[in-house]
Amino acid sequence: MSLLNDLIHDYTLRNVSLGSAVLGIVSGVLGCFAVLRRQGLMGDALSHAALPGVCLAYMLTGSKTPVTLMLGAAVAGWIGMLIILQVVRRTRIDPGSALGIVLTVFFGFGVVLLTVIQKSNDANQAGLDKFLFGQAAALVHEQVVTMAIVGAAALFVVVLLFKEFKLLTFDPEFAGTLGLRTHALGTLLTGLLVAAIVIGLNTVGVILMSAMLVAPASAARQWTHSLSHMILYSALFGAGSGLVGAVVSVTQEGVPTGPAIVICLALVVVLSLLFGSAQGLVWEWIRRFRRRNKIEETPA
Amino acid sequence: MIETPSATMPAVFVRDLTVAYEEKPVLWDIDLDIPASSLTAIVGPNGAGKSTLIKTILGLVPSAAGTIRIFGEPYGRNRKSVGYVPQRGSVDWDFPTDSLDVVMMGLYGQIGWIKRPKKKDRETALACLEQVGMADFARRQISQLSGGQQQRVFLARALAQDARLYFMDEPFAGVDATTEVAIVAILKALRDAGKTVVVVHHDLDTVPQYFDRVALLNVHLISSGPVGETFTPDNLQKAYGGKIAFLDR
Repeated sequence: MSLLNDLIHDYTLRNVSLGSAVLGIVSGVLGCFAVLRRQGLMGDALSHAALPGVCLAYMLTGSKTPVTLMLGAAVAGWIGMLIILQVVRRTRIDPGSALGIVLTVFFGFGVVLLTVIQKSNDANQAGLDKFLFGQAAALVHEQVVTMAIVGAAALFVVVLLFKEFKLLTFDPEFAGTLGLRTHALGTLLTGLLVAAIVIGLNTVGVILMSAMLVAPASAARQWTHSLSHMILYSALFGAGSGLVGAVVSVTQEGVPTGPAIVICLALVVVLSLLFGSAQGLVWEWIRRFRRRNKIEETPA
Repeated sequence: MIETPSATMPAVFVRDLTVAYEEKPVLWDIDLDIPASSLTAIVGPNGAGKSTLIKTILGLVPSAAGTIRIFGEPYGRNRKSVGYVPQRGSVDWDFPTDSLDVVMMGLYGQIGWIKRPKKKDRETALACLEQVGMADFARRQISQLSGGQQQRVFLARALAQDARLYFMDEPFAGVDATTEVAIVAILKALRDAGKTVVVVHHDLDTVPQYFDRVALLNVHLISSGPVGETFTPDNLQKAYGGKIAFLDR
């Protein structure tokens, strides 16, 4: 009961739980589209690409306000996204390599900038390295509000264009014949993915952020054959894992939030893969076992 | 003055169409007329550009040169007159949805963007599933359907589009005999109702039995016209080169 009491009344715990729940919902929803479009690694590339944006935003403005840093992350993420999409469309480099190039180049550049900032002896710089693995304990009220606004805007677009995003994901060619601007819509959907990533930077960090996108969606797929249910479950799994991981990290001194959340997610994924009602492996094994018995029992 | 579609205006009008991937021409200088209310097969060897031809007509693949008209207008202005059945293998059938939902996608153009499907749209979709004998599978997850059933769902989605002109990419590929018979019956019924159907087809043996017209393609258009005049050993030889032995049968 005291934990519940703390969640409501303790300033840090309240921010942490609200922030991680918002993050879990938004990344859970957008992760479904990323997974179904086979763009799971896109999230990884884009979150790594956000790091130099955070550093540059700080270097240019000298400010560490959440809006400034999130904007920097978003711009860098979007640039990374446009580079990947253009490289895939216009060159013969395959998508996997395009992702690899953007991920490593942007992240490498980000680490260099981070080092430069840390060497500058600027008293204000402390904490930027927390963007690597995330630190939910450092979440302040203002950040949570910004996360909620960005998240609500992203979810609003998904609700508005649900039918179009579904068609684009299932059958982009057919969508094209109906007159849907598939390139523009795909870019928008990936752009929303960047928004989800930006929301997660403080909490999970750039290195493990893609787990927030891929894991809840993959787990949710094991429980249902309907896209809207999958999205709902994915949001719940994301929010739950985010919440538990963040609270563990805040209450256990020194555990970074990103890894704590990832461990919770891993648990959800493993349980879903085994026991998921739609595609769970255990049920498949039982069915196979029964079938074999039936065949053996048949009199010759 | 608004031009009204007349009986003499072809459903599909293609002139000097050239399509290239990178530097390599896939379609070269194609002239093709497909009259309305006909059932046309596009045949040719692998890599002949059959799928590319219909994708270019549908605006999915850019052309390097040439003119395309659908009932006398560019495709962009006539989308609602055209229905499309892509190759079954072009989508991931593990996608979390059911048959009815896939058929509803054929109505998205009519429903309009952003707007939600209504009860009436669901009924239309169900009626289309009924037409292809799949009403009992409306709520079935699409990965649990057989290849033939998946193809029928795609056909039902095209029927939901309620078009005047249909393009179908290999609708008989990998389907069971029952489905093949059912699809042929639907294609003929569409033609008899005044619709125009263009089918990329692989099985030369069934061309005379299934289709009125044939277009023989191998990068160039070898020949096109009524099956009786066009589907000759001579033309097939030109389209397939020495690659077909069964012509001797």
